[in-house]
Amino acid sequence: MSQSRGSRIAGWGTANSLVILFALFPVFWIAMLSLKSPSTISDGRLIPSSWSTENYKQIFKQAIFTDALRNSLGIALIATLIAVVLAAMAAYAIARLDFPGKTLILSMALAIAMFPPISIVGPLYNMWRNLGLFDTWPGLIIPYMTFTLPLAIYVLSAFFREIPWELEQAAQIDGATPWQAFTKVIAPLAAPGVFTTAILVFIFAWNDFVFAVSLTSTSAAQTVPAAISQFPGASQFQQPTGSIAAAAVVVTVPIIIMVLFFQRRIVAGLTAGAVKG
Amino acid sequence: MSDIKLIDITKRYPDGFEAVKHFNLEIADGEFVILVGPSGCGKSTALRMIAGLEDITDGELRIGEEVVNERAPKDRDIAMVFQNYALYPHMTVRENMGFALKLAKVPQEEIDRKVTEAAKVLDLEQHLDRKPANLSGGQRQRVAMGRAIVRDPSAFLMDEPLSNLDAKLRVQMRAEVSRLQHRLGTTTVYVTHDQTEAMTLGDRVAVMRAGVLQQVDVPNELYNNPVNIFVAGFIGSPSMNFFPATVEGDRLKLPFAEVPLSPELRQAAGSADGALIAGVRPEQFYDPAVETGASGTEFEVPVELVESLGAEVYVHFAIGSGGPQSEELAELAKDSGAADVPSAGEGVAVARLEPGTRAKAGQRARLGIHPESIHIFDARSGRNLAMAKTPAATGSDGGAGDAEPVGDQPSSTRLS
Repeated sequence: MSQSRGSRIAGWGTANSLVILFALFPVFWIAMLSLKSPSTISDGRLIPSSWSTENYKQIFKQAIFTDALRNSLGIALIATLIAVVLAAMAAYAIARLDFPGKTLILSMALAIAMFPPISIVGPLYNMWRNLGLFDTWPGLIIPYMTFTLPLAIYVLSAFFREIPWELEQAAQIDGATPWQAFTKVIAPLAAPGVFTTAILVFIFAWNDFVFAVSLTSTSAAQTVPAAISQFPGASQFQQPTGSIAAAAVVVTVPIIIMVLFFQRRIVAGLTAGAVKG
Repeated sequence: MSDIKLIDITKRYPDGFEAVKHFNLEIADGEFVILVGPSGCGKSTALRMIAGLEDITDGELRIGEEVVNERAPKDRDIAMVFQNYALYPHMTVRENMGFALKLAKVPQEEIDRKVTEAAKVLDLEQHLDRKPANLSGGQRQRVAMGRAIVRDPSAFLMDEPLSNLDAKLRVQMRAEVSRLQHRLGTTTVYVTHDQTEAMTLGDRVAVMRAGVLQQVDVPNELYNNPVNIFVAGFIGSPSMNFFPATVEGDRLKLPFAEVPLSPELRQAAGSADGALIAGVRPEQFYDPAVETGASGTEFEVPVELVESLGAEVYVHFAIGSGGPQSEELAELAKDSGAADVPSAGEGVAVARLEPGTRAKAGQRARLGIHPESIHIFDARSGRNLAMAKTPAATGSDGGAGDAEPVGDQPSSTRLS
């Protein structure tokens, strides 16, 4: 009995380790790469023979990277904020109200989410140029919002549906207007859902490459993924491998911070005690 | 504080289903009225219409002489206790109870004073800073009550507030609710499916079935003079026994005995145009060997089961033929689960006897019946044919308190 349990734990442990190794090895690799000095960058060794932070110093000296970092942060945060607020309101209506065309809205939202971004990038490029949105922050915020809203609405309406309706009715009886009921009772309870959605939207906006590279051209709105692809080498005969590796590590950091920060908020059972379970 | 009038209230859903049909009820200022009935009878819908959580399709709802049909719940000056309490999980007990006052922009000192006062009444003082998740079921229930009473509303609405508690706590809280209501004197409408709660709590009880109000009366009247077979079967635990019956001369023929019929009853029975159903409360049977002085008709029946509860003994005995074939009864059986109505078809009746009885399962026993207390119903309409008759001769036996089995054991008419 205990032996079989021991072997089961060992089996699971091995499987988990393999998965983690598979997922994290490339991260480790690129981190090691970024810590090599420019002269040893292509020596074919995993562990740097001489450790150096030269690559990091290098990229933060380049305006192309620091501007892109600023753009990325700004665009991703604004897109997240707007998408979450809009999605929360839409999801609340979908979860609570019965109105004609409700299923249509949901299925259309889903259809939009299934659209491959690449298929609309061309038309968007032309439209944005005509509208003066090309190479601006709104020019990226709008498509990011559009593509993340459906998913955000889906996730949030699932969360809203979990919240007992009686809570809202209790608030109504207690004298709350619908807006007060939403902001004082429902929204705080939906916080885990809101943070989950926020993470998803932020990651989408942060990681996007297709829109970023097509709809921007200068440091006015270029985000990090687009900027990395245009890093200049030290000379025209040299690949900017070290800089790319360092930049890749740097852009991973906000995501990690974001997830760690919000993870603390995503506590299971926040609604425990509201109603008899 | 004010009275509530429901005038010809109807609730019709968009699919045409009528949950509440032409409901008329006047609730006096300070009165404690219970809406009771099996699940799906429309009692909760009626309550939610009073609360303003459901629209009223037809009719007029007045609270304190003002028509409030179109008013939002918050403008009706009512407080509601929900079945699952609906406490705000992210707020402490104090915040939960003060939420309504805070929304009403009452000064903070006054909120604190009122919440502390209510907490004292409900014995929640040491829990004020805890979150609902850390409270027991009974405490949560009391917080829900507290949230209602801090507002000092003109009426309390309670939607099965005790149904989530365990049996023992339920009996305790029942007494507490009753005490609280008397102390505050606030008009209260209380919905329950539990006839024991209905009988013990209410000043008056309104019995509903399939959206239609069946009878409104004080508990005793409901018990002794049910207007129809549904009320008779629903109120009382164990529930009333029903037998097919025929009138022969001045005698009523039951499957197991023939009993003399009083002139009024006979006259009433004569007015029926079809088959009759006799209703006999379990306590209207007696054991002649124990109650030697009793005068009634005696008969002998095979005993199937004996349940001794200490202070009383339930004897299940077989009756000759199958149960009565009333549509009403069949529906009643359907409403409440056939097994819950002992004589609805399987030919078994229940007698409540004094503990001294020697009736044993598997043997024949000699029992008596008090013929004066028999109810006679029209099998087709379910109507009680003798509504005008005097209270049962067994007198004190028919009291509401007696209807309740000792220790709040599951009553046979309680529905899930």
